[in-house]
Amino acid sequence: MVQEPPSNLVTALNTVYTLWLREMIRFRRSKSRIIGSLATPMFFLIILGSAFNSSFEMRGGGQTDISFLAPGIIGMSILFSSLTGGVSIIWDREFGFLKEILIAPVPRFFVALGKAMGGVTTAMIQGTLIMLIAVFGLGIEYRSLLGIAASVGVMLLIGLGFIGLGIALASMIESHEGFQMIMTFITMPVLLLSGAFFKIGDLPSWLKTLVYLDPLTYGIMALRYTLIGETEIPITICIAVITIFAMATIGMGGYLFQKTKA
Amino acid sequence: MNSTAIETFNLTRKFENLTAVDNISITVEQGELFGLLGPNGAGKTTLINMLSTMIPPTNGRAEVWGIDVVKQSSKVRQNIGVVFQGTTLDDRLTGLENLDLHGRLYGMSKNIRKQRIHEVMELVELGDKADVIVKTYSGGMMRRLEIARGLMHHPRVLFLDEPTLGLDPQTRNHIWDYIRRLNQEENVTIMLTTHYMEEADHLCDRIAIIDHGRIAALDTPENLKDALGGDVIILSAEDDEKASELCKLYKTNGSTGNVAVKNSSVYITIKDGTHQIPHILTIASRAGINIQSVDLHRPTLDDVFLANTGRAIREEESSDVDRITFKLQSRRR
Repeated sequence: MVQEPPSNLVTALNTVYTLWLREMIRFRRSKSRIIGSLATPMFFLIILGSAFNSSFEMRGGGQTDISFLAPGIIGMSILFSSLTGGVSIIWDREFGFLKEILIAPVPRFFVALGKAMGGVTTAMIQGTLIMLIAVFGLGIEYRSLLGIAASVGVMLLIGLGFIGLGIALASMIESHEGFQMIMTFITMPVLLLSGAFFKIGDLPSWLKTLVYLDPLTYGIMALRYTLIGETEIPITICIAVITIFAMATIGMGGYLFQKTKA
Repeated sequence: MNSTAIETFNLTRKFENLTAVDNISITVEQGELFGLLGPNGAGKTTLINMLSTMIPPTNGRAEVWGIDVVKQSSKVRQNIGVVFQGTTLDDRLTGLENLDLHGRLYGMSKNIRKQRIHEVMELVELGDKADVIVKTYSGGMMRRLEIARGLMHHPRVLFLDEPTLGLDPQTRNHIWDYIRRLNQEENVTIMLTTHYMEEADHLCDRIAIIDHGRIAALDTPENLKDALGGDVIILSAEDDEKASELCKLYKTNGSTGNVAVKNSSVYITIKDGTHQIPHILTIASRAGINIQSVDLHRPTLDDVFLANTGRAIREEESSDVDRITFKLQSRRR
């Protein structure tokens, strides 16, 4: 008797769960990676935050201090870890494991989705840890518990958006040399243009246009709104933009992953 | 019930200007241990990649267990196991975790996974290494784990692409034992590729010699060797020129054997070889060709390969080992 593959829905859920589980096992096992991924944002937050507190006086009387910076740093950490998570498909290809996934009798779209869910979970854990450290270690005051809960949802949307982008890029770029290119030419502009470190109201118009084109801007505004109750863009627009961005990149990532080569 | 495991119909795959697999039509019976023997670039891996649904054919079609590899690729995948040439394990996971994830992807329930992991790990004698991170495994252990994983979901057909490439001879012998055992005990049909003559000779029920994308010969190892028609005489001359000259002279002296020239040696395949040597030496001395040594042996698959393709498979081997060594080194992140 020939074995039939199980039904579509069961396979789909099972595939997502299996790939998610793999990311979780790997994450749990790499303690140094967890510490490393927290260190960079903490340096930013502590050093840059202290500098902001002492030396910045915004024109028009607005104040940027460490609590203004914290949501931006959380967004930065989500950006780094989700993009890296998506692009890690390049490493799976390099070390052969991608073949094991591609030969399995499961739909590839859900493989990509499982990979995305795994990467997003790790990104959210890191984001949440930074958020908590900011409260208990640095004494930043958030507006409410509800806001904190909502911010985790925002992290999910930001994470999905950039992991989808990472998967899409990794599916097209087949050499690991491409990895460094992506990190340099996407991560840095996206981060610096996002308003993670500054208010966007007083920027020159050419810069403002670029800031508005950066999807991370809306993510960080949403984080700032949920955590400290400040935003320069209406929260509904922020949520709409990051939701659409997440759906678009996950769709694109899943589509391109189906066509990728082992 | 049809007893065919794999059947290809004019299967062809082209890469830009290169025809990697050229009109291959073969049939593999259920339960068979079938070998594809050929040098690197002969098209073995491309053929396996098509049969395992990894790449589509350019022309022709193929069936695995009666299922079309293009039209019903997911059903084919459910029923095959593949051990690729390079490692495809997640080296940050333990052996057990690698197998468990595999079982999940093939829709196996928890209890069945647990039981089956135990069975296949015992089969390849890795039971005591199940909870060790794969990164610390030796090359041979990794290959065994991959074979165990390929078997885990009870595939009908197991594809092994160069299962012993880059392994030392002792480990290779071990892997051969496992392959033989699982062919018999698990009753799984196996198609393996190799460019090691001894491997094909020791393991396979039937061998297809593949060169430049075509099947040059296909039969049991014994029949292939017998078909050469007797013993192999190797006479080494001073250089290629002298060897060719001797080859020509030998042919024009009304001899019936199969003659080929390689590396300034003349290879003659003929019945009753011992009695032919004086005759050949006479021809040589009359023509003033200095023969440096004479060897006579029963034909091996090397000779079969040479007779069928006009070249030796050995010439390509060293570069291949270099490649693998490099790959293993660069693996270490």
